[in-house]
Amino acid sequence: MALGAERWFDRGGGVDRRPEERPVGYLFQGYALFPHLSVADNVAFGGRRRVGELMERFRISHLARVRPAELSGGERQRVALARALAREPRVLLLDEPLAALDAETRSIVQTELADLLAELSLPTILVTHDFEDAATLGDRVGALVEGRVRQIGRAADLVAAPADPFVARLGGATLLRGVARPLGNGLTELTTADGVVITSSDPGAGECAAAVYPWDVSLSRELPASDSRQNAVRGPVLSAVPVGNRLRVRVGPVVAEITAASADRLGVAEGGEPMVASFKAATTRLLPATAPVHDA
Amino acid sequence: MRRGFELLLAVAASVTIAFLVLPLVALFLRVSPAELLGQLGSAAAVEALLVSLKTSAIAHVVILLVGTPAAYFLAMRRFPGRDAAIALIELPLVLPPAVAGIGLLAAFGRRGLLGEELTVLGISLPFTQAAVILAIIFVASPFYVRQAIASFEALDPEVLEAARTLGASSRRVFARVALPMAWAGLSVGSALAWARGLGEFGATIMFAGSLQGVTQTLPLAIYAELDRDFTTALALGGFLVVISVALLLLVRLLPGWTSSTSISLFRFARSSSGSTSA
Repeated sequence: MALGAERWFDRGGGVDRRPEERPVGYLFQGYALFPHLSVADNVAFGGRRRVGELMERFRISHLARVRPAELSGGERQRVALARALAREPRVLLLDEPLAALDAETRSIVQTELADLLAELSLPTILVTHDFEDAATLGDRVGALVEGRVRQIGRAADLVAAPADPFVARLGGATLLRGVARPLGNGLTELTTADGVVITSSDPGAGECAAAVYPWDVSLSRELPASDSRQNAVRGPVLSAVPVGNRLRVRVGPVVAEITAASADRLGVAEGGEPMVASFKAATTRLLPATAPVHDA
Repeated sequence: MRRGFELLLAVAASVTIAFLVLPLVALFLRVSPAELLGQLGSAAAVEALLVSLKTSAIAHVVILLVGTPAAYFLAMRRFPGRDAAIALIELPLVLPPAVAGIGLLAAFGRRGLLGEELTVLGISLPFTQAAVILAIIFVASPFYVRQAIASFEALDPEVLEAARTLGASSRRVFARVALPMAWAGLSVGSALAWARGLGEFGATIMFAGSLQGVTQTLPLAIYAELDRDFTTALALGGFLVVISVALLLLVRLLPGWTSSTSISLFRFARSSSGSTSA
């Protein structure tokens, strides 16, 4: 483990710097503020030089004398950030920085955090279970499964070309597992255990998983004309959940995300008329099946 | 039938309270406040008071200075034999004080384990004020250390780790973060240990004897006055009760004064509720 020319940990070389000797700014998931100290003393704990400036920057100067117990979630996060930066770290480690915030605060803080990270331009590692956060805040996104990095790249690349089913699911895809066989015309056919048959423009054979992204799926009441390049799955509407101004609909094994307007027009309702989910073979990714990963 | 059970519970509670309160009530009924204060002026009483205060204070300082780092170490580190170590520390809690006294003699007496080494250094412990202090430390320290271990264990590890990431050494974390955060629990343990130390009788009388003005603490003075002057004994007893009640109030009120609850969302650290159980 090294930062530039500084070695922090090297088992072979016998280097093991103590935690307090590593200039890291660490933001804990629960913020871990010192409950017995005021906001100002919390921020000053790592270093007194930039306390005033940091408190101004994070808009917490007016809270200088307040104890952490009396702060809101967003305020605590700002104090924790100011405190971590007061140490003048060379690296930032953020552990689920948005997880502890309510929905409303989250989106505001996400924007602020993005601006902050851009401004600081410190090497930063951010851990999150939310792909959207990672995509918004990070230059590069890495998918970590059971301690191993499955794929690192730009967020768009992880979605367009996931390395394995877990990464695809992380990026928001629904997985359909089954047995694949090439059709010979550039398409591969996948048959699931329930007898659903779909095609993908990716090559593949044997045990595979097809990844379908909800925004690539459209809904209709009737089956479209048969077309090998187009998939159509008919199924009951198992759930219909509003997400922002869109509706997330589960039709059989497939999840679709459609606008509220389309939903109204079609009359989509949970437990109502069965719908047909259509998606192109070209947007269906085919991935070799991996052992099922326990859901995080 | 339900009513009958409820009634039984109420009766049990009443009997318990009555039995525990009776001796105290009797004490103050036999002696009027005026007599109480009058008797306290006697030489025996004043000397006993001074011995008690001096020895318990010194003992307490030692308990805090040595016990706090010890408790921190035991609370924070995991090592083989840790459970045994903690059990050994708790042993004096269940040991009969007379046994403690004999044990101290066996260890520090002239013919004891360390007897020869001490004699060479010119130190003779039995029947000295130092012996009183040792006896108090022996019986009272588990009260403090046990509570201190529980208080340190209840601290949110994330907050301590945060201090390390902010550049604090282990020593700074202990002094600036762990100690202040555990303060309420430590204070409770301290009050209980001091109360126990003040009331120590068995170990003291066996190891230090009951020499007026030297090793005769308040409890020992009460015992001595029993045959001589019952009223003085009552007065001394009443006085000790007052001190004990004051300490108890202190223990009950303290958690309300301090507010060392962790605000970390995922590990809720309990602030001390004044109990000695870990």
